[in-house]
Amino acid sequence: MASRSEASLWQGRQENWLVRLFDWKPFLIVMCMLPAVGLLLVFLTYPLGLGIWLAFTDTRIGRAGEFVGLLNYELLETDRIFWMSVGNTILYTVVATIGKFGLGLWLALLLNRHLPFKSFLRAIILVPWIVPTVLSAIAFWWIYDPQFSIVSYVLVDVLGLRETYINFLGDPWNARWSLIAANIWRGIPFVAICLLAGLQTISPSLYEAALLDGATPWQRFRYITFPMLLPILAVVLTFSVLFTFTDFQLVYAITRGGPVNSTHLMATLAFQRAIPGGQLGEGSAIAVAMIPFLVFATIFSYFALARRKWQQGEGND
Amino acid sequence: MTRFTRRDTLQLGLGALAGSTMLGSRALLAEVPVKSVPVPNWPIEKGASLRVLRPSKFVAADEEWFLKNTEKFTAETGVPVKVEFESWEDLRPKTAVAANVGSGPDVIVGWSDDPFQYADKLHDMTDLATYLGEKYGGWWPLAEKYGIKNGRWISIPFGAAGGRIVYRKSWIEQAGYSDVPQDLDGFLDLCRKLKQIGHPAGFALGNAVGDANAWCYWLLWAHGGAVVDENDRVILDSKETVEALKYGKALYETFIPGTESWLDPANNKAFLAGQISLTQNGISIYFAALNSNDPNVRALADDIYHARMPIGPVGFPTERCLVVNCMVFKYTPYPNAAKHYIRFMMEREQYDTFLTKCIGYWNHPLKAYDESDVWKTDPKVTPYQHVMADSLWDGYKGSLGPASQAVLADFVVVQMVAAVCTGQLSPEEAAREAAKRAKRYYRS
Repeated sequence: MASRSEASLWQGRQENWLVRLFDWKPFLIVMCMLPAVGLLLVFLTYPLGLGIWLAFTDTRIGRAGEFVGLLNYELLETDRIFWMSVGNTILYTVVATIGKFGLGLWLALLLNRHLPFKSFLRAIILVPWIVPTVLSAIAFWWIYDPQFSIVSYVLVDVLGLRETYINFLGDPWNARWSLIAANIWRGIPFVAICLLAGLQTISPSLYEAALLDGATPWQRFRYITFPMLLPILAVVLTFSVLFTFTDFQLVYAITRGGPVNSTHLMATLAFQRAIPGGQLGEGSAIAVAMIPFLVFATIFSYFALARRKWQQGEGND
Repeated sequence: MTRFTRRDTLQLGLGALAGSTMLGSRALLAEVPVKSVPVPNWPIEKGASLRVLRPSKFVAADEEWFLKNTEKFTAETGVPVKVEFESWEDLRPKTAVAANVGSGPDVIVGWSDDPFQYADKLHDMTDLATYLGEKYGGWWPLAEKYGIKNGRWISIPFGAAGGRIVYRKSWIEQAGYSDVPQDLDGFLDLCRKLKQIGHPAGFALGNAVGDANAWCYWLLWAHGGAVVDENDRVILDSKETVEALKYGKALYETFIPGTESWLDPANNKAFLAGQISLTQNGISIYFAALNSNDPNVRALADDIYHARMPIGPVGFPTERCLVVNCMVFKYTPYPNAAKHYIRFMMEREQYDTFLTKCIGYWNHPLKAYDESDVWKTDPKVTPYQHVMADSLWDGYKGSLGPASQAVLADFVVVQMVAAVCTGQLSPEEAAREAAKRAKRYYRS
């Protein structure tokens, strides 16, 4: 016994159900998030999940594998080269990160002063970072060449400081330090520019107050610059550690893991085993083994440095 | 599978020599003996076009003449062909992707044992191989090894690049030798004397795909060692391997410093710069010197000579070579066009010119091309003539397949040699560790 007006109202509702659906908040939220979630699922979750799955199989290129449980990890446990790559990766990350931060901070402090051609200088120091890694790697490959190294040439033939050419990449320890030096050279601009941005946000009034109190330059750095820089330092450190830990191009282009595997990082070893070696399962296992290290490094650099209260001077808990 | 013996090769070589002297003066195009065999009738598909993937060049003529022959094919058949050149390291992954995804280039000129990994995904090539074999005097046994699986041809071996000793004649003479000795003791002595006169030898010991594998496998095989036996059981941890490693270490002591980090281009650079007197390489060093614009480098070409690698206690040559094989995957819509393309490229009119222009960089899988001019005009090229006739295959003495490929790609043998040379491991330890690594790949 619906009245005429009720009927027309019902009809109006039916016509506008689409409009109403879009007015419904939960639906709208889902629709708006769908593209982002879709992208994440397709390009992040799926490859990561597939990588983790492959690590537990004996898949080879061109042949589907079977689930083998922890067999890949059992094999890696007694694999001298794998453990050497773990050691190399940690050494590489720790030393290169310290180097990049030391020199990057120094460079940032220098650039923060009033210098002639300030913008130009700031643009120029970005060059190592914006040059494609492989190009700079090839340049370093020549610099470290056993026969044609410019460094050896200067030391031996020009200055006469040495008798023989330096065997940069032929000796395990020389090769490791050479790669670390190349990585530091490449990483400094990123750190320097990020820290410079942080430095610019520090209010000059703080320094003026400190000057009035008679603070020494060291005290100004220690009690103003450093604490104010900590939040951005935490973020940059996290990124830098992640980039360094997962570095691949420099090592692969310069030494390809040699001599005798002594410069393999986990990333290059994973690639070497998975793609040229065709052992996708084992390569994935090595790549997946990087995840705990990465999570640990991230948590460490984030929580150790990003304690809000401390940064904002609200007590020291 | 039987090995091709040196004697067979010698007989063939003598036959070729006799043939050439009897003929006297020759036409520009070599008389590659051809039997008249009718061209198989594979109707080219309508609207066919081809994509070809092959390894990038190491000598300029390789790319130039491959493309010219391809253009000729298009001109004669109307089938457009696009050739892609892929870097050596990336060729294998690309082949794998094409095979797994089921789409990609119609013809892949791929690395050595790749056809064996994808055998079930490849078009049968038996008719084409039979045609070419009948017409051009048969295939070398190594070509059959790489082309045939379970009695059927799965790919057409297109050629091989082999390593030979490249040396500077004047410095060898200065060291008191007229030729490179073909026995191990003499060779070691030569290298020692070369070091004494300040012109050392140098062999790549880094992870160099071509050069390091080439001489390290020669070293192992020459002493009677091998990664696996005929039944694919790992036999690397043996006294022969230890002997090989001891010899390798002694040889290494005569090298120029820095070879541990040498990748493929390093010995070419060092040789052309006059830093080393002797190395193992393809013909590319000589080719580069011959075609150099720099008169100093050009002058080097006169002093560059080639020789076979010495023969060890096993008593037969043990060089390794890098074979490339033409594969036609089942996914291609134009298998007949693809087969015609491969046939065309291997026919005398194209292949002989290609061989000659590459002056021995590629070696022929079909016996008739032994008569090609390329092996006769320049005696310096002759040591490369029988690369496919008597090289050993990857994974010798066992079978070709994923395991032999993985051992090669993981540089198991190269790193075994390098670990001993650099003093990281004793020969016994290195052999044991390498055997362990090899077993992982051969486990299933």
